[in-house]
Amino acid sequence: MVAQNIFFGIIALVMVVAAVRVVTTKNIVHAALYLVIVLAGVAAQFILTGAEFTGVTQILVYIGAVVVLFLFGIMLTRARIGREVDVDNEKRWLAGLVAVILFAVMSFSLVDAFEDAEIDAIGAGAPQLTAEVSDSIFKDYLIPFEAASFLLLAALIGAIVVARRE
Amino acid sequence: MWLNQFLILGALLFCIGVYGVLARRNGVMVLMAIELILNSVNINLIAFGAFNGTPVGQVFALFVIAVAAAEVGVGLAIVLLIYRNRTSIDLDAADLLKG
Repeated sequence: MVAQNIFFGIIALVMVVAAVRVVTTKNIVHAALYLVIVLAGVAAQFILTGAEFTGVTQILVYIGAVVVLFLFGIMLTRARIGREVDVDNEKRWLAGLVAVILFAVMSFSLVDAFEDAEIDAIGAGAPQLTAEVSDSIFKDYLIPFEAASFLLLAALIGAIVVARRE
Repeated sequence: MWLNQFLILGALLFCIGVYGVLARRNGVMVLMAIELILNSVNINLIAFGAFNGTPVGQVFALFVIAVAAAEVGVGLAIVLLIYRNRTSIDLDAADLLKG
């Protein structure tokens, strides 16, 4: 348990620093590469809680596909490779204020609600096997699963229709 | 591990993502900040799933990942269309619907 907490702290620190760099860096390619660090950290946290299948899916879908899509987007919109002067708008202090107030409210209510509830990720009360996840998807959540696959098909066709040249 | 350490990490990532959505002008960078928000939701789902000892949290996180992949595809197509029509992806300049 102590080792898990230490690894959680290290990964969380790296993730938060990289996430701040994603929203503050002036270089758009660097922002995409910092995003990779955040997404890998999220996958590591999933594995830390025993959700190994979701962690692997996170790496495959996000780092394998979404980040590549972002890099294509950067390339096709001909963004300057390097520092840009005005990627932020002038009211960014207001955005910072909103984010700080939101975090204060959320963290206060979370600490108030779940004071010291414990997660027992690898103990006896944690049946999070991949087999159970697949049973749950294909038994209880079969219709949402089909809806998700239909949504992916619709998004695929929609993206092609929106982005193609006339 | 406490439940709260995951929930507060998720809240922090969510707020950083909200700052990015509000402060950025570049359309692709706004989409990256939206990815941060969706990932913070996934951390919460996984943490609550582990807390309750059910696989349902993982199932919903997988649905969120699928929807996020669809969202990025359509979102980048829209940004590409804005770029093609205006030769710029500055979202502050895309205010044609403003009265």
